[in-house]
Amino acid sequence: MLALQILIDGFAISTLYALGALGFTLIFGVSGVLNLAHGGLLVVAAMIAWYVGTSLGHGAYWGALAGLGAAIVASLLTYGGVVRPIERSRAIPPRERELFVLTATLLWGVMIQEALAYAFTNSPVTVKPLIAGTINILGVRTPINELLIAIIAWAVMGCLWLLVNRTKIGKRLLAASINPRALTLLGFELGTIYLVVWLIYGVLAGIAGVLLGSFLGTGSDYIPDLTGSAFTIVVLGGLGSVSGTLMAAYVVGYIETLTAYLISPSLRDVPALILLIIVLYVRPQGLLGRR
Amino acid sequence: MSKKLCTALLASAASLVVATAVAQAATPLVIGITTELGTIPGKAIANGATLAADQINASGGVDGRQIKLIIEDDHLSTTDAIRSFQRMVKQDHAVAVVGTFVSEVALALEPWAARLHEPYMITGAAANELSEYVHADYKARQYIFHAYLPAADLARAVCDASKQTLVDQFHMTTAVVMSEDAAWTKPLDAGYDKCLPTAGLKVLDNIRFAPNTTDFTPIYQKIEALHPNVIIDGWAHVGVQPTVQWAEQKVPIAMAGINAQSGSSVFWKATNGATEGVITGNTSAPGVAITPKTLPFTDAYQKKFGISPAYSAYSTFDAIYALKDAIERAKSTKPLPIVDQLAKTDMVGTQGQIAFEGPSDKFTHALKYGPKYVTGVAVQWQKGEQKCIWPLNLANAKPAFPSFVKLPAKS
Repeated sequence: MLALQILIDGFAISTLYALGALGFTLIFGVSGVLNLAHGGLLVVAAMIAWYVGTSLGHGAYWGALAGLGAAIVASLLTYGGVVRPIERSRAIPPRERELFVLTATLLWGVMIQEALAYAFTNSPVTVKPLIAGTINILGVRTPINELLIAIIAWAVMGCLWLLVNRTKIGKRLLAASINPRALTLLGFELGTIYLVVWLIYGVLAGIAGVLLGSFLGTGSDYIPDLTGSAFTIVVLGGLGSVSGTLMAAYVVGYIETLTAYLISPSLRDVPALILLIIVLYVRPQGLLGRR
Repeated sequence: MSKKLCTALLASAASLVVATAVAQAATPLVIGITTELGTIPGKAIANGATLAADQINASGGVDGRQIKLIIEDDHLSTTDAIRSFQRMVKQDHAVAVVGTFVSEVALALEPWAARLHEPYMITGAAANELSEYVHADYKARQYIFHAYLPAADLARAVCDASKQTLVDQFHMTTAVVMSEDAAWTKPLDAGYDKCLPTAGLKVLDNIRFAPNTTDFTPIYQKIEALHPNVIIDGWAHVGVQPTVQWAEQKVPIAMAGINAQSGSSVFWKATNGATEGVITGNTSAPGVAITPKTLPFTDAYQKKFGISPAYSAYSTFDAIYALKDAIERAKSTKPLPIVDQLAKTDMVGTQGQIAFEGPSDKFTHALKYGPKYVTGVAVQWQKGEQKCIWPLNLANAKPAFPSFVKLPAKS
């Protein structure tokens, strides 16, 4: 019974971690941006979903849609208002741009956190689950919402795989991640490709934020932890590697769940961080990283 | 010296005295409010103080002087709180500082109150150490008042309420204590361990968890395996997530104790109604008249801020009035006369009869606990409303639990 409980709980947590980190790794893989405001985007989606769905009383589905829209807007704003001006600035030497973008997104994340705390206070809230109730899986009482989250997360990840591997725009994204200069020489507008990837990122962050908010709750104080956890998973999996991120999410999710059940819930973060340090030491590019 | 010159000097001196008195009457009386504005109890401290100051100013102020509040957010940081405290004392010349919801922050401010000889009334934090600190060196630390119940008394209130509701009415016999790991819950848990068995609830386990815990499933699984009748909690930093997961996972065990955030009316929306059936100790409940001052306060609070007051709003509101009375009785704004008069406080507040323990009590300058003073109430969320279920003489509803909670067969 305990093993099954760990299996189910670990699967739900791992899938959420994967979805939460996917956008983060995608945006790095394609545009080379380490977006340290990532947690902010997730929480914007969740807070707006809560505000529209619960506070204004429009229900879970309208709330989720509003959250998704808010994340897309926040993502485009991050690109257009923070990342792009730095990438185009002539005052910043090209070799220092990555560092400037890193710092700018970090500060942008802090601004989002403060703005959300001002608008909603930093008291946590929970996004209304899309479906309430529980079902019994071989004696383990499981919230239906937990299963739904896993199904949606896998569907979204499947769609992303299809988009990248089976569509023209996806192939351009892939090419941009491998050799952006060659893509420019072939006459493709890199700016448009980046805009598309930030749009996709917004959708991914929106879905992840809303689902995370319905499972783990949300609040402005969650932002640093969410960014940190996405960062850990992505570094462990290999920066920019989507399959590495998926693998790392499941490794971290299950290690945490096993620790919480078998040792102590208070120590659930520790073993994964130790693993990260070991991986960085023996394989700095991460599990499946290529740079 | 000529007679004319003497007369002129005397007239000048007299006019100077009058002018000084007039100027002082016109100078506002500064009270510093240090709090955590992003949290529900922290915001309630600021709101409670604002309401009290507004009412006092509207009725003529303190000895004719208007109260001016300096409200500063410490962002749950001891460093910010200490800087803010020092600024309020040295720059703003605050006659007293009131507030603080986190015990760790209040414990860091206490030495500064003692060093700077600044009256400091703690109105939201609950650790026993806050008043034990005063007891350990009364002369140096007498400036500190714990204008809220220490955790040991909060545990007593939970035990008293559990005895008369869960044990007597529902025949519950077993409990698991589940508290966040924080300064205020150590004495609370010690109190639970001591008084729950006396109340008729055998404690099967005592689980402490980190306040940054996000997934409570393993904890609930562990508790469920022990088959207790009730989970007795000690939560203030957390609240939403464990409550939501308790309801979403339909954990078949009643939930009682102290879930401080659920004392606020915004908790219903924050949890999407998952708080249905949750019992928590609180200072008061909507519609419950503990004293003649309770309902006028809750009505005025609701009207001004659009939400019902959290526990710390009551204690802060009472603290500001106690301070006003002390300054008026002392006829001074100097620290020691104010402290002397504060120690003699015996007034009807919104929470009950407000008085502070003396230097010989272990919890020096903490609020006095008991039916004649302050006990608080036990409230339960029922269909979106906070209902009072204890003390029985004030109760406006009987306890009722969600259908997924398994009650003992006898009930």
